[in-house]
Amino acid sequence: MPSRDRIFSRIRHNLGRGPLEGEAAQALKARIEGHAPNIVPKRTNIPHKEQVNLFQAKAEALAATVARISSFDDVPEALRDYLTAHNLATRIKMSPDKSLDSLPFDKTPMLEIKRGAAAPEDEVSLTPAFAGIAETGTLCMASSPETPSTLNFLPENHVVVIKASQITGTLEDSWERLRKTYGAGNLPRTVNFISGPSRTADIEQTLIMGAHGPRRLHILIVDDGPQD
Amino acid sequence: MQVTSRRFKDSAHEALHDKDIQSAFSKVKGGFPVARAKSAGELPEFEDLRDQARDLKNHILENLDYYLEYFEDQVLLQGGRVHWCSSYAEAREVVLDICRDANAKTVTKGKSMITEEMALNEHLSAHGIEPIETDLGEYIIQLAHEHPSHIIAPALHKTKDQVTELFHENHGKYGFTERITDPQALVNEARSILRDKYVNADVGITGANFLIAETGSTVIVTNEGNGDLTQSLPKTHIAVSSIEKVVPTLEDASLFLRLLARSATGQEMSVYTTFSTGPKRMEDIDGPANFHVVLVDSGRSDLLGSDKQDLLRCLKCGACMNHCPVYQAVGGHTYGWVYPGPIGAALNPHMVGLEESRHLPNASTFCGRCEEVCPVRIPLPKIMRHWREQAFETQVTPKPERWGIGIWAFFAKRPKLYRLMTRVSARALKLMAGKKGVIRKLPLMKGWSSVRDFPAPEGTTFMDQWKKQQREGK
Repeated sequence: MPSRDRIFSRIRHNLGRGPLEGEAAQALKARIEGHAPNIVPKRTNIPHKEQVNLFQAKAEALAATVARISSFDDVPEALRDYLTAHNLATRIKMSPDKSLDSLPFDKTPMLEIKRGAAAPEDEVSLTPAFAGIAETGTLCMASSPETPSTLNFLPENHVVVIKASQITGTLEDSWERLRKTYGAGNLPRTVNFISGPSRTADIEQTLIMGAHGPRRLHILIVDDGPQD
Repeated sequence: MQVTSRRFKDSAHEALHDKDIQSAFSKVKGGFPVARAKSAGELPEFEDLRDQARDLKNHILENLDYYLEYFEDQVLLQGGRVHWCSSYAEAREVVLDICRDANAKTVTKGKSMITEEMALNEHLSAHGIEPIETDLGEYIIQLAHEHPSHIIAPALHKTKDQVTELFHENHGKYGFTERITDPQALVNEARSILRDKYVNADVGITGANFLIAETGSTVIVTNEGNGDLTQSLPKTHIAVSSIEKVVPTLEDASLFLRLLARSATGQEMSVYTTFSTGPKRMEDIDGPANFHVVLVDSGRSDLLGSDKQDLLRCLKCGACMNHCPVYQAVGGHTYGWVYPGPIGAALNPHMVGLEESRHLPNASTFCGRCEEVCPVRIPLPKIMRHWREQAFETQVTPKPERWGIGIWAFFAKRPKLYRLMTRVSARALKLMAGKKGVIRKLPLMKGWSSVRDFPAPEGTTFMDQWKKQQREGK
């Protein structure tokens, strides 16, 4: 008997029944398609403005840094200021995403912008986010040809641009947004939830930042008004 | 993995006299449990989430076949492949075949307990494929040719000085010849060496914390980001998982995620939680071209419908060992197989046989803290008690012990005789103890009295004193 059959027959034998059919199977299918939320913490039942503040506070508590800017036009300068303050390279690998096409990099001629997936020599990446989760200060990143997920991990410094309107309360809110964008039952190839920069405590339980992923995570929140 | 649980008593004795082990494991107390208590305290819904998580896991287990088939359909729909393996041997062969198809020379690995169970690294090495562990703790113990001593902090037993020596011995070939002691510098050195490994690996192997039926996704949770580099840079990604990890929906995964990191390290979320769905899409410019899910049973399905089914709820957070006084005293390796601590004491007898591991269910003070902190409320002490009963009934317990218990049971079932015996023994022990009131050496109990004195009874039994008080109307 092939292993698949053996496993299923053992499961069913030990549960004392045959394959689920009819109503029983329908109920489980409906449970999946209904994807009802379980208990969701009330922490984020607050106005959107406060959710954005909570997102910032939680992200900072995770050792990410956050800057608030008033429009996309301010991104290049905010990026330049951040890189200068940390004495970092000015060569940037940026997601080939159209949301970043119009950034006015002519204002910051010292920044050298390349677009594409991450290469081992890239030191700084600039990416958009799919959503932000106020509950835990977590970024939700969805992969696509325009938003390659290697940019989230390979460079030592990761700078993320997110609109305030993309920040929501809970994990469940991102699932709903993803379903709206990609259709029920579908996810982009990779969905990364990122809560602060990389870290390890594997040597004598001492917390060290920058284990394998980015040492620094910098989040630029564009205050574009209410939630979309 | 080779089982050394038979040596439990000797290993425990050695661990209790090992300064490094004592210093490493004594630190657990002040770290993880304190952080867990804080983050649980900050979430008013925490206890309700635990109840719901327990009930949801039970629902999943009752319908495991349905959710597994649904998951399989979704993986196939997304262009991935699913391999079903009923034994470790079969799973090792499947992984080896995929690696061979990819002409793999080196394989990077994210942290995975199921591949520890399977002894996958040994198998790949024996067939000329080099496995490279990328989680820092796993990397350290791979250099030391050891196994994890904790399920989320595998190198917990290693001191910083030992890491310094391991790196110094092994990193010369990469041009790192200096002996470094600063933890940040040690991490940087490993980081820079592993960077090249990620980029050059032919296959990336990860475990899975969850499998999502709804979308056919596999989920990994890490703090370092090693799992993501492992699975996104090589051409082929293999996710190896045991079958009970499936959950119905993304919302259901969210419930478990809220409990997992809080219970493990006290974090609200681990740094990286990644959902992988199928291979790279048509237009994608990065990601693996091949996506394989290897599903391993190896004993899981036999727990269904048994009095130990609750074990299958385990999220592998490590909270039970973080709170266990026995684990903190004897360390992880003493348990002699993949899972240490209370979950090991309850699970390993099923996985490797009670004969091999009969000491483990006895390695408990029954203080109950493991059950108190388990995010899915597995009744670990109850399961350990079951194993003790079974060990006695199936005669796995050695003869002298069984005779002892048999003699005790004979009297316990005859209350009058029992009371007479205790009365006589209490007096005899009091006489033996003399004026000091303690007995230095007890016949047949050398193991117990060699390290402590036996306080002698006062002379009358509890029952006698009780009767006397009743008579006197006190």
